[in-house]
Formats: sequence, C-alpha cells, structure tokens
Amino acid sequence: MTDKPVGEMSFEEAMAELERVVNQLERGDVPLEDSIKLYERGAALKKRCEEKLKEAEEKVAAITLDTDGNPTGTTPVEGL
Amino acid sequence: MSDLIDDPTPGINAPEFTVTELSGAVKRTIEGEFSHVRVRGEIGRVSRPRSGHIYLDLKDDRAVISGVIWKGVAARLATQPEEGLEVVATGRLTTFPGQSKYQIVIEDIAPAGMGALMAMLEKRKKALEGEGLFAAERKKPLPYLPEVIGVVTSPSGAVIRDILHRLRDRFPRKVLIWPVAVQGQKCAPEVTRAIEGFNRLTPGGALPRPDLLIVARGGGSIEDLWGFNEESVARAAAASDIPLISAVGHETDTTLIDFVSDRRAPTPTAAAELAVPVRMELLAWVDGQSARLTRGITQSTTQRGQRLRDLSRALPKPGVLVEAARQRLDYTSDRLGPSLHAAAQKKRVRMVEVSGSLRPASLNRLTAEAKRRLGDRTSRLQPQLLTRDIERKKNDLGKILARLDRVGNSQVAKWSTDLSALERMRQSLGYEETLKRGYAVVRSGDQVITTKSAAEKATALEIQFQDGSFKIGAKPSKPKSKPTPPPEQGTLL
Repeated sequence: MTDKPVGEMSFEEAMAELERVVNQLERGDVPLEDSIKLYERGAALKKRCEEKLKEAEEKVAAITLDTDGNPTGTTPVEGL
Repeated sequence: MSDLIDDPTPGINAPEFTVTELSGAVKRTIEGEFSHVRVRGEIGRVSRPRSGHIYLDLKDDRAVISGVIWKGVAARLATQPEEGLEVVATGRLTTFPGQSKYQIVIEDIAPAGMGALMAMLEKRKKALEGEGLFAAERKKPLPYLPEVIGVVTSPSGAVIRDILHRLRDRFPRKVLIWPVAVQGQKCAPEVTRAIEGFNRLTPGGALPRPDLLIVARGGGSIEDLWGFNEESVARAAAASDIPLISAVGHETDTTLIDFVSDRRAPTPTAAAELAVPVRMELLAWVDGQSARLTRGITQSTTQRGQRLRDLSRALPKPGVLVEAARQRLDYTSDRLGPSLHAAAQKKRVRMVEVSGSLRPASLNRLTAEAKRRLGDRTSRLQPQLLTRDIERKKNDLGKILARLDRVGNSQVAKWSTDLSALERMRQSLGYEETLKRGYAVVRSGDQVITTKSAAEKATALEIQFQDGSFKIGAKPSKPKSKPTPPPEQGTLL
C-alpha cells in the first residue's frame, strides 16, 4: 500500500491502487475491520479516478514565437 | 624572299611577361571564366581551424581541387562537409599567385544525389548508435495519462488536425503546438529549438510544461523529410527529458529521429493513440472496479453474518452446561449427613468391642504376682556372708603392709651406705682433688687442651684452678690490618 494521499495520486497510480484494493477485498481473507477500511479506500480511489477522467477538457493553443524563435506566449487554436 | 618567310627562331616576336603579369593574366582568365561553377566530387581531407573557415579537398579518381568555405558561409550551410561525402559544390575559382595555386571558394554544398544522402545518413546513424543513443534502456516510458501534450509540427495542415481529432475521440487533453517548418532549410533548426524549448519550460510556469511530446510530419519525399535526419534534431530528441513520440512520414519512412525517440508511431494518428488511453474504456473500468468493490464488501459481510449465525446455532444453552454438575452436587450433598452418622456409629461399635475386655481385676492379679516374686528374692539376701569376707581381706592387707615396710627400710639403708662409699671414691679419683695440689686444667671453649700445639692454635684459653678459673685474652689467630676509622668530622654547630 502506498503512503501517498489519494488526492495527490495520478490517474495511473490511483488506478493501480484501486485494482489492488479490489483484489484484496475479493480474496476475502482480510479481517472485517480492515475490509471496511479497504472499502473506504477503494471508494476514495474510485472517486479520484473519476475526477481525473472528468478532467477531459480539450484546450489547444499554439505557442507564439518572437523573431529569434523564443516562446513569448500562446494563442488559442480553433477550428482544427 | 627568304625575309618574307618567318624565321622560326622562338622567342623573337612573342610578348614577354613578368611573373606577376602572367599570374595576373591567369587570375583574370580563371576568375572570369569560372566565376560561377558547379563541381561534383568527393570531399577529401577537411580541416576546420579556429578562424571558423573550412578548408577541404574535392577530388575524383584522377584530380584534386582545393576548396575553402568562408566562416559566414559555413554557418548557414544545410549540409556540413564531411570527408567521403559525394557532393555538388557551387562557387567560383580563384587563384593564389603567391604560391601558384588555385582553389574553389565554395558558396553552397549539397549531397550529390540520393546515394550520397543515404550514405551520409548511414554514417550518422552509425555514429549516434555508437554513442548508445539508440539503446533500449534509454527509452523512457510514456505517461499513462499525460496532462499536457506538446506537439512539434506545422500549425496548419492535415497532421495537426489528425492528431487533435484522434485525441478528441479518445481523451481530450490540453495541447500545446510549437509551430515549425517541416521541410526545407529551416526545418531542422526549428524542430531542434522546439524540442529544447519544450524541455526548458518549468512545470507549473506560465506556459505549462508538457509531459509528453509528439514530433510529427506527414508523408513526403526523402528530401522533404530530410530535416528529421539531421543530427541536431536527433540529438535534441535523445536529450529530451520529456518522453517523445516521433511520427514522421508514412509507415515506410524511417528518419533518424525515429531511432532516438522513446516511441515511434507510424502515422500522426497513431501517435495520438499512443499518447492517451480511451476515456470511455477507463470510465467503464472504474465502474467495473466500483461494482467489484461493492460486491466484495457485501460478500465479505454476508459471509461473516452467515458464519456467525451458524456458529451461534451450534452453541449449547448455558443452563445445559451446569445442569449435570448441579445434579451431582444435589446427589452428593444429600449423602453427606447420613454418611457422617454411619462413620461415627462404626467407630463407636469398635470402641465398645475393645473396651469390653478392660477390667481392674486382671490388673490386680498381675501386681500380686509381681509382689510375690519380689518377696521371694528379698528373703534370699544374707549380709553376714559379706561382712565376714571383708574382715578376712582386711587382715591379709595388714600383714602385707608390715612386710613391705620392713623390706623397704633395710633396702634404703643399704643404698645410702653404698652411695657414701662411692662418693669418697669419686673424690679421691676426680681431677678437682688434684687441683688442690697445684695442677690446673686448660680449656679452649669446650675442648680440654692437653698439648702445646693445641694451645698455640687455640684463640682463647680458660685455666681452671682449685678455687675458680680465669680466661686468657682472646688473641686473634691472624691479625689483620685494622681499617682506620675515618677522621671525625667537625660538627657544624
């Protein structure tokens, strides 16, 4: 079990941890107290995964360059 | 008439040049005639002194021409001269009168045909591979779900559209496009700068740093794609800390960047597929996990509940556990009183049995018997016999004592007489009587000295006379020089 708080996990980490928790719970050999904790952790991980999946926002911008080719900022790109 | 015939003697009529004039004429001729030439040849020895100019030889199997590329030209050449490269050089000829030499001042240089290009590419590939830049362990894993994707490509055209479409279908993300020329002279430097520029962005800065890069270009001829074969592009891609997907040309086109990128996608669309997972699938997966989670916890509690009920059924009632014991207690305590009575009764009977034979008459009989035996014995005791015997023995003792007295006295008188006789004899025989007549006894220690030699050896002599003895001084047997005592020191005080 990783020590990283669920709220700081990347989607991939949360995903791997969720899978681990589900497998452990399904094995059914954990004490009742722990299985309740596992369930709660699983629910938090699931929430984290869904959050990350909800952040599916498309935002396309092109970098603007000065005459020397150094980036100066961005300009939104639309219609592609 | 003979004068009309030109005399063939050489040197008469021909103009005469100085060396400088001739060199100048040659210079004019050569520089005029060859002010713009294209020459094809293989690059021989290349030297790059610190001045920044490049000196090289162009050669074929029979001839060599020296060449020079001035510093300003060298900096903007698309193809850097490399030894062994087959090139077409464009420039002009100049002479160098001081050394009777001529050379070509090269203004542009280009690989001569496809074969030369491929040979050069092969050489670069070997060099980079030799540095380990293609090694599989250098390849970084792509992030599972990148937050920001940086795309290095032309901002217009089908490529970026394909990428954005596919991203939108799978998992819409933030995309930063770094616009570059994807062919021509500017392609390689711009792509290089774009890759380096993305890496320079700081995470969380004004411009978000991508966590994945895609370098993409559509299909084209080998010359069109050539920018992605440049060493600078390949090195920038290899040095990139951000995982990089290359997608240049069609599936069959392989450029140098494909060897150093972390993943190679056959097409720009495929690059988008490598970049992100499918959102809907992930949502479904999360739902599935959620269902498994709920099922898991439900099953876990249900099973435990069932087991609890099963066990509690098997548990006997508490009353049953003590009933048997209680019954035993009742039964035993009932027997306690009667058994005590019975035991006392038994003991009483036994006591009566034993005490029945105990009577005073039998004791009396025993004492009477013992008294009679005592009287019997006492009557046989006669004290007269004892006194008579004592009297007789006393008499015998008196007689023996009288005899002992007599014998003792006569013995002592006899010994006394003998003793005085012996004393008189001793006095007359002993030397001490002789002393009274003027003799003396000489001793040394315990020894009696009887000879003169013994007297001389003796250290001290003692002479006994009749009225006592005296010693003659202890003469030292061997006088030695006495150590003289140190002179007494005067006291200070």
